Amino acid sequence: MKSNYDVVVVGAGPAGSMAARHAAEQGASVVLLERDREIGVPVRCAEATALNGLSKYTEIKESWITNTVSKIRLVAPNEKYVDITLPVDGIVLNRRLFDHDLAAYAAMQGVEVYTKANVTKVIFKEGKLPVVQVTHIGVAKEITAKIVIAADGVESRIARCAGIHTQTKYYDIEPCAQMFLEGVDIVKERIEFYFGTELAPGGYVWVFPKSDSSANVGLGYNASISNGKTALQLLEEFVHRKYPNAKAMTTVAGGVPVANTLKEITADNLMIVGDAARQVNPMSGGGILSGMAAGKMAGRVAAKAIGRGDYSKKALDEYKKVWDKEVGSEHRKYYRIKDYTVKMTDKDFNDLAGMLSPIPPEKMSLLRLFKAAVKNKPSLVFDVIKLFSNIA
Amino acid sequence: MIKINPLLCDLCGTCLSVCPADCMSLDENRLYIDNDACTHCELCIGVCPFGALSSGNEKEQANEK
Repeated sequence: MKSNYDVVVVGAGPAGSMAARHAAEQGASVVLLERDREIGVPVRCAEATALNGLSKYTEIKESWITNTVSKIRLVAPNEKYVDITLPVDGIVLNRRLFDHDLAAYAAMQGVEVYTKANVTKVIFKEGKLPVVQVTHIGVAKEITAKIVIAADGVESRIARCAGIHTQTKYYDIEPCAQMFLEGVDIVKERIEFYFGTELAPGGYVWVFPKSDSSANVGLGYNASISNGKTALQLLEEFVHRKYPNAKAMTTVAGGVPVANTLKEITADNLMIVGDAARQVNPMSGGGILSGMAAGKMAGRVAAKAIGRGDYSKKALDEYKKVWDKEVGSEHRKYYRIKDYTVKMTDKDFNDLAGMLSPIPPEKMSLLRLFKAAVKNKPSLVFDVIKLFSNIA
Repeated sequence: MIKINPLLCDLCGTCLSVCPADCMSLDENRLYIDNDACTHCELCIGVCPFGALSSGNEKEQANEK
């Protein structure tokens, strides 16, 4: 590890690895620092995404795709459900391999990658380059960077070192628990979501098959409307009831920010990406693709800034502009839908499922579902239509 | 004073995201709380997915010493 680099990226999740790769590809010297001993481990993620979305950001390895899904089932508290045929290929990833390979792609562009590299603090002083304090396998080191890219996940501490307010409100955080289950009775090509205020208040349970008999099963609830149970307790209850014979091979905790993007995602010598910047779809909690998008944008802007010798907030704000235009504005629409769906009662879910369940899956669409869900809110119907017309 | 049960803590960082005092930190093995900086708002307790955090009273602290 050298004592200075053009760009220091903190965190080797998808956002960090994409940022590192794209900064290096454009000629910057880059180091990627990961706190854990292995990139991609533990997997704190439901692992599902869309194949066409993913292919926009990276070449795809077959080994990443553990399962391809074509159907969604949404289950109401009274067990009534709505089946939807997916308009695109859904995939369930192996995040362990995926995260490793994204970091490897960065390494192949010349990025130096270090694991067990825990950034404890970054010192930002006006007129000076930031100093990154890192403990790498027990040895404390200091690295001077022209630009720091904070991809440090939900905890988002690096940005705080620059005085950026990253504290997330209860309403905007979902505590999660997740299990990898063997011996579950599932349909391999169908992902399932379960809703209900007892089950997962303000959130949902996901069942994402990884094979004929194994699945990533997890739960997130809205912290502002907790029913007093932890995410783990809620998940255990669901699993015992739904899959009494399943074996939990892994049990992992996590937290998903379901917020709007931070007001400030740049400062002098700093860019913030991924969960750390709250760049997660606030309705679904999905953050893989948006994190990758942000990483790519930030990496490119960083390299350009290095080339020009200007690392000021003003120069780095190009990243914020591109983010707002391409993804951030959509996330704001999803946030308004979240505002509505978080408040849905069990009766609302049951009524909705009762109304829509007779529709055959191939005629059912997410657009139709959301239009029905927000039928009493004309302004939201408009948001929903705009969102889905952008996606299609 | 917030108590951490290290047997339950999964190092996910959810507690850090809601901390107003920035008094929590993580390395690859442990969660740390700077109790001098902690404002005792207890927001961290409510979001812990595994229930690893609790409010420790002073009597318990004395017993631990």
